Amino acid sequence: MAAKPLASIVSVGLSKFGRREGVYARELFAEAALESFHRLEDFDPGKQIRAAFIGQMSESYERQSHTAPMAANWAGLLPVAATRVEDACASSGAALRCGIMAIKSGLYDIVLVGGMEKMTNLPTPEVTGILATASDFPFEQWNGMTFPGVFALMATSHMHEYGTTEEQMAMVAVKNHKHGALNPKAHMQKEITLDEAIKSRVVSWPLKIYDCSLITDGASVAILAKPKLAKKLSKNYVHIIGTGQAQDTFLMHERESLTTVKAAKLASQEAYKMADLRPKDVNVAEVHDCFTIAEIIAYEDLGFCRPGLGGKFIESGAPALDGSLPINTSGGLKSKGHPVGATGTAQIAELYLQLTGQADRRQVKDAEIGLAHNLGGSGATAVVHILRSG
Amino acid sequence: MSAPRDPTIEEFYKYCSEKKLMGVRCVRCKHIMVPPRSICNNCRSSRVEWTQLGSKGKLTTYTVVHMAPPQFKHMTPYAVGIVEMAEGVKLPSIIRVARLELLKIGMELEADFSTNPQESAWPQWPRYFFKETA
Repeated sequence: MAAKPLASIVSVGLSKFGRREGVYARELFAEAALESFHRLEDFDPGKQIRAAFIGQMSESYERQSHTAPMAANWAGLLPVAATRVEDACASSGAALRCGIMAIKSGLYDIVLVGGMEKMTNLPTPEVTGILATASDFPFEQWNGMTFPGVFALMATSHMHEYGTTEEQMAMVAVKNHKHGALNPKAHMQKEITLDEAIKSRVVSWPLKIYDCSLITDGASVAILAKPKLAKKLSKNYVHIIGTGQAQDTFLMHERESLTTVKAAKLASQEAYKMADLRPKDVNVAEVHDCFTIAEIIAYEDLGFCRPGLGGKFIESGAPALDGSLPINTSGGLKSKGHPVGATGTAQIAELYLQLTGQADRRQVKDAEIGLAHNLGGSGATAVVHILRSG
Repeated sequence: MSAPRDPTIEEFYKYCSEKKLMGVRCVRCKHIMVPPRSICNNCRSSRVEWTQLGSKGKLTTYTVVHMAPPQFKHMTPYAVGIVEMAEGVKLPSIIRVARLELLKIGMELEADFSTNPQESAWPQWPRYFFKETA
């Protein structure tokens, strides 16, 4: 028997991702919100949306805290109950979970979830410093660890234990840029070659520039409703049938293994169980490719291939748009961009388009089941959602 | 006898200034933790005591940082890694080697200490680091 929906998604909105000079986070958020309102007919957002959960990582980029009421105000949602949710790069994945709980509890019929981040107004070294704050300060940052650095430690471990290669990691970048080139909202709509990726500048060996996601401005939004109301609100709706979240040790060196993200394994097991589905049932997935190695490890953690075979999985072509399980059709964090707080619900926006047949040139034929995998920091947080077409 | 020191990060770094690398050990299950904390990660017991670690360890994974935040820029490229101590506990560290090409998983390392390397007002911590065994 098909799993009962926890909540339904009746609309999504995404700002243009990229270097958005002269535009603040609140304005990006309003842009995304407006798109989500325009998808609906006879909808009065100010009246019908009674709660909002908004993901944002850091107040340092714009010297601005208390950002949920700010975003809600700019989106024309007052006096909505608005709360900011922060779990580093998984902020809006976690915001989505809050939205699901708000609907499932019966407290609200319709809620808005989303996320935003404005990052490009600061010089790159400063942005790198702010991103590093998602890892431990007194032991990791204090010892010169950077955000690419923590994932580089996992890459070195994966290479050592399973023979994963720098070339296989570069293949992830090439694939995601190929997908992103088809996405008009993506930050970098440009294909790259394997050679370019491998020869690009080293950031934190073994990771190079093209192994890293982009520093991007952007916002994303999804409107959730009680499943009973979904059909009434839109002919294009999808159901959320599984949600999972888990945490792992805050510091990397205390993890059982650095070739896997245990929190992601646990979160996906929880979501699969709730959805009564298995990895082979998934038709399309958006995974957290903050670094190419993270996508390779995600293949394994989500059960798309066996542990250690993530490198072979990308080599096989399976996760390409024309493969057996297209992954990151949006271009992923790598090419669509990674406005940290917006990423979780941006993944949901792509899956919504895929599952309602509106993904244009990126459309995966007959996609019915979609999975989103959103990590926070170095994997101390993982959030997984499973969606089914309506 | 002086009062036992609290299992805090501040005390860990005070020990570093005495050139001691310390962890806390759970009295009940013997699990050792760095950073120190008051609740055992393994068995949840709140009875922990300081224990001095030896200086020998092995490199379990590493990266060479080329692009660093402003306060580390002058050191690039530099190596950071995770070191497993003889006692089994691991810790993150800067790895100082004569040549970065010599870095290898499994290589033997030994702990050393430097005084506060930064000019910022907070924190005024010394730093432990690992280097090749002599």
